[in-house]
Amino acid sequence: MIEAVGLTKRYGKTLAVDNLSFSVPSGRVTGFLGPNGAGKSTTMRMILGLDTPTGGTALIDGKRYRDLQQPLRTVGALLDAKWVHPNRSARAHLQWLARSNRLPAKRVDEVLEIVGLTSVAGKRAGGFSLGMSQRLGIAAALLGDPQVLLFDEPVNGLDPEGILWIRKFMHRLAEEGRTVFVSSHLLSEMALTAQELVVIGRGKLISQSSTEDFVTQATENTVRVRSPQLAPLRSALGKLGVSIRDEGEALVVSGMDCADIGELAAREGVVLHELSPQRGSLEEAFMQLTGDSVEYHTEIAEPGVPATLTTAGK
Amino acid sequence: MSLLAAERIKLFSTRSPWACGLLAVALPVGFTALLAAQAGDQIDATVANTQITTNLGRAVVLVLAALAVTSEYRFGTIRSTFQAVPNRVTALTAKATVVAAVTAVIGALVGFGCWGVFRAIHAGADLALTGAEDWRPVAGQALVFALTGLLALGVGILVRQTAGAVALLLVYSLLVESLVQLIPKIGDDIQRWLPFFAADRFIGATGDDAANRSDLPLSPWGYLAYFAAISLVVLAAGIATAARRDA
Repeated sequence: MIEAVGLTKRYGKTLAVDNLSFSVPSGRVTGFLGPNGAGKSTTMRMILGLDTPTGGTALIDGKRYRDLQQPLRTVGALLDAKWVHPNRSARAHLQWLARSNRLPAKRVDEVLEIVGLTSVAGKRAGGFSLGMSQRLGIAAALLGDPQVLLFDEPVNGLDPEGILWIRKFMHRLAEEGRTVFVSSHLLSEMALTAQELVVIGRGKLISQSSTEDFVTQATENTVRVRSPQLAPLRSALGKLGVSIRDEGEALVVSGMDCADIGELAAREGVVLHELSPQRGSLEEAFMQLTGDSVEYHTEIAEPGVPATLTTAGK
Repeated sequence: MSLLAAERIKLFSTRSPWACGLLAVALPVGFTALLAAQAGDQIDATVANTQITTNLGRAVVLVLAALAVTSEYRFGTIRSTFQAVPNRVTALTAKATVVAAVTAVIGALVGFGCWGVFRAIHAGADLALTGAEDWRPVAGQALVFALTGLLALGVGILVRQTAGAVALLLVYSLLVESLVQLIPKIGDDIQRWLPFFAADRFIGATGDDAANRSDLPLSPWGYLAYFAAISLVVLAAGIATAARRDA
């Protein structure tokens, strides 16, 4: 369980994180979603006691991070897979971390086995691919068998196989009853990975809900109807007071589902050529919610085109 | 103890401390051998004079100690360190202890190495370590090198960038301190209070003119205490800064 209460971070004139409050439950994968520059990494660093908040607190199981004894046993985190000395072997990297929290040396071999790096444990970490570095970072996070795990953009730059591995891995960690908090700027990825969502933009909380609720609320559900007899259908629908939009040979109806429209058409004796539910894309929903809070707009960005959101890097 | 072990693993699991350590010993010992072989009677065969080239080793130790922390900032492992040990004063004190121990060993190797090789070449001279005055310059290198390491570590923590910290330390120790002497009138008065000048006075090698001056304000041990105070103040300033700022 992670709790942020009024978390605020100011860099000079810039308010990177603005009075942010949310909670991350255990036993679930909670996504931390926001465009680049929204303050996700800063928030995670404050949770881990690396950056001092200008205001507010972050608590892990009711304690501040710096009050934890041997914190690796309580919280594991992967903030940046490149935070490894390139000339140090993967095993040595894990060994010093293990020793610092009095973890048994055999735990190093265990976590190397879990992430599948046993065969390259003696190799220097500088020669690792991004995917291997991410695995090493996850191994480090798992060292103390912690109940709380934080991952900052863990799938960034990974190939599909790596992404799938990480996604399954997080689900497994949550099923074991752990608290898993994962940040991402990609809603499509989070929709598959996270059960809960904390969405921020420009350092402010936009919403906290289950992923399902977020998607339902955020996406507008419409039905597309094609018919050679559009005029009578339109007037019949008009009487019910639903909103209708013309789209060439079709009508886009919102506020009524397919079944109701189909039954109405049958009663009116109208022939239908198409009756299909339309779901707004997740990206659109995300843009709609965070559109005003994207920090750096690109010139070509249009509503619905998440150009600013898919740009990699932090 | 577990923190000391963690810091020890960190220091010894990369190549640069090994390379620096080797160089810090090989350079002064090698130069002493050359000097002893070539100088003939130009250098008095005294115990203190066997230590003339040890400054070379000290310069390399400056680099070693600064790197011990700047490489952590460079590669982000300082954040992993503070994540594992949120009490930064404890974490950095553990690092300082390991750096001091390692540089003390290097200092001892340099001190005895230079003395040994000089003695081997000047077999006829009386270079036996008979009294405290003889032991101080040789065994004392362990103390001087350890304090030098702590000073450089403190500067490394403050500066964080490898290039900046190393440039600052080397330019200061190799150039600035000797250039100060050239300032008319006040140069000598300033120089006698500079940290590496103080360290040299503890060793007491007569390689430079200043050692022959009789108007020095402190005794050799007084100068060591003075050098220790400066090193520890810089280190404490570094640790206090690191504890306060964002990692």
